[in-house]
Amino acid sequence: MSNVPSDLLYTKEHEWVRIDGNTATVGISHFAQSQLGDVVFVELPDVGKTFEIGESFGTVESVKAVSEIYAPLSGSVAEINNAVIDAPELVNDDPYGDGWLAKFEFTSEPSGLLSAAEYEQFIKEEADK
Amino acid sequence: MKQTPLNARHRALGARMVEFGGWDMPVQYAGIIAEHKATREGAGLFDISHMARFWVTGPDSERFIQLIDTFDISKTAIGQSDYGIMCYEDGGIVDDIFTYHLGPDEWMVVANAGNAEKDWAWLNQHTAGYDVVLTDRSQELAMIALQGPKSESLLAGLTDADVINLAFHGITKATVDGVAGYISRTGYTGEDGFELFLPASEIERIWDRLSEAGATPIGLGARDSLRFEPGLALYGHEIDRDINPYEAKLGWVVKLDKGPFIGSEALQDIKANGAARTLIGLEMTGRGIARQGYPVVALDGSELGVVTTGMPSPSLGKNLAYALVKAGSVKVGAEVDVLIRDKPVRASVVKTPFYKARYKK
Repeated sequence: MSNVPSDLLYTKEHEWVRIDGNTATVGISHFAQSQLGDVVFVELPDVGKTFEIGESFGTVESVKAVSEIYAPLSGSVAEINNAVIDAPELVNDDPYGDGWLAKFEFTSEPSGLLSAAEYEQFIKEEADK
Repeated sequence: MKQTPLNARHRALGARMVEFGGWDMPVQYAGIIAEHKATREGAGLFDISHMARFWVTGPDSERFIQLIDTFDISKTAIGQSDYGIMCYEDGGIVDDIFTYHLGPDEWMVVANAGNAEKDWAWLNQHTAGYDVVLTDRSQELAMIALQGPKSESLLAGLTDADVINLAFHGITKATVDGVAGYISRTGYTGEDGFELFLPASEIERIWDRLSEAGATPIGLGARDSLRFEPGLALYGHEIDRDINPYEAKLGWVVKLDKGPFIGSEALQDIKANGAARTLIGLEMTGRGIARQGYPVVALDGSELGVVTTGMPSPSLGKNLAYALVKAGSVKVGAEVDVLIRDKPVRASVVKTPFYKARYKK
């Protein structure tokens, strides 16, 4: 049912992470955007701001709901996706591509992230609740 | 969690289900924005069987409703209905209701799902001295709404009732696809439309017939955005235990000249002295969406009030909100800040309602 690319890592807060050297690109998963519905607003932090793992770094909002997005690792914001600020529907249309949210430069090696298989299992359990 | 007789249908349609007022309800099918527009432009089909349907019968039924309702229903003819409010003695709101005059000494009161048990207890608590019988028919009788400009023509093809000539807020006995019940010209969207009261055992088939005829299933998400734009109050938001009708801009529903009713003394005082707070409309001019509970402050940071409902308006394409603020503190055109996660975001005070209702009257 949900699309979970195998080359990405995930969190239990439904973010995905793509590691490339010292940089981690972050977005919300296909499952997360489908649960949220039409995304109408995205708030992202200023470039250079630092976050601890698990800290809220912004919000993704639908007509009815506000969903916080959490830093999947500790680091500083290297880049934000200005395209999703102007066109929040990108988060629905292409959550793993043009709908990415922010890039972090991490300070310590990421840990505790889920593999695609583990995340798939996790959302299956969530959906059965 | 309680289920309406359409629960299996919602799941089969792939709706996303949520808990609402103790019920397992569809929040959306295709998406809130698409469903909202389908209702404004065509016909939306809503399962509202979670709402309460109480019958009030007996020789004192009118006198009893006059006691618990702020509105004056003495002029509500058989075949008509009116919006009303049940207040506590202090003027706070128990619930908002619709009272349908079905026949001689026969009324139906429709109340909110989340308040059903409280309302039932409240009604039963006040029957002493009144020759009335209260019957909860919420289970046996399902309730669906068909709302939007195409509702009339769509429903006309499936019923023996003359829905084209059914008056605004009128109610009539009707058969829909051969099943006997009631149709009323009421709703909660700001559009022309109907509410259907039909046996629970038949409702799935009728839902399918309406759907095949072109009605779009609508979840609670769009039900909220549709009621928000024309400024229809929602319990727990614009109205509540601690909010009185004058504050909620519902003074027109309070008929003090009809004689005493529950809350009338307190409401008389509130009217004479002026309500402490007033409901205003806000349009966000800064980047952000106001949500219920967010503080509203003056530009100098002083407290004004709180947001009751806020969202991006699908019909108007703006981020709008209602807020309950200190009476007289701001005027239309004034600028205020809404504190969104502690950050002030600029908003303008605008006229309400945001959307002009398009009823057929």
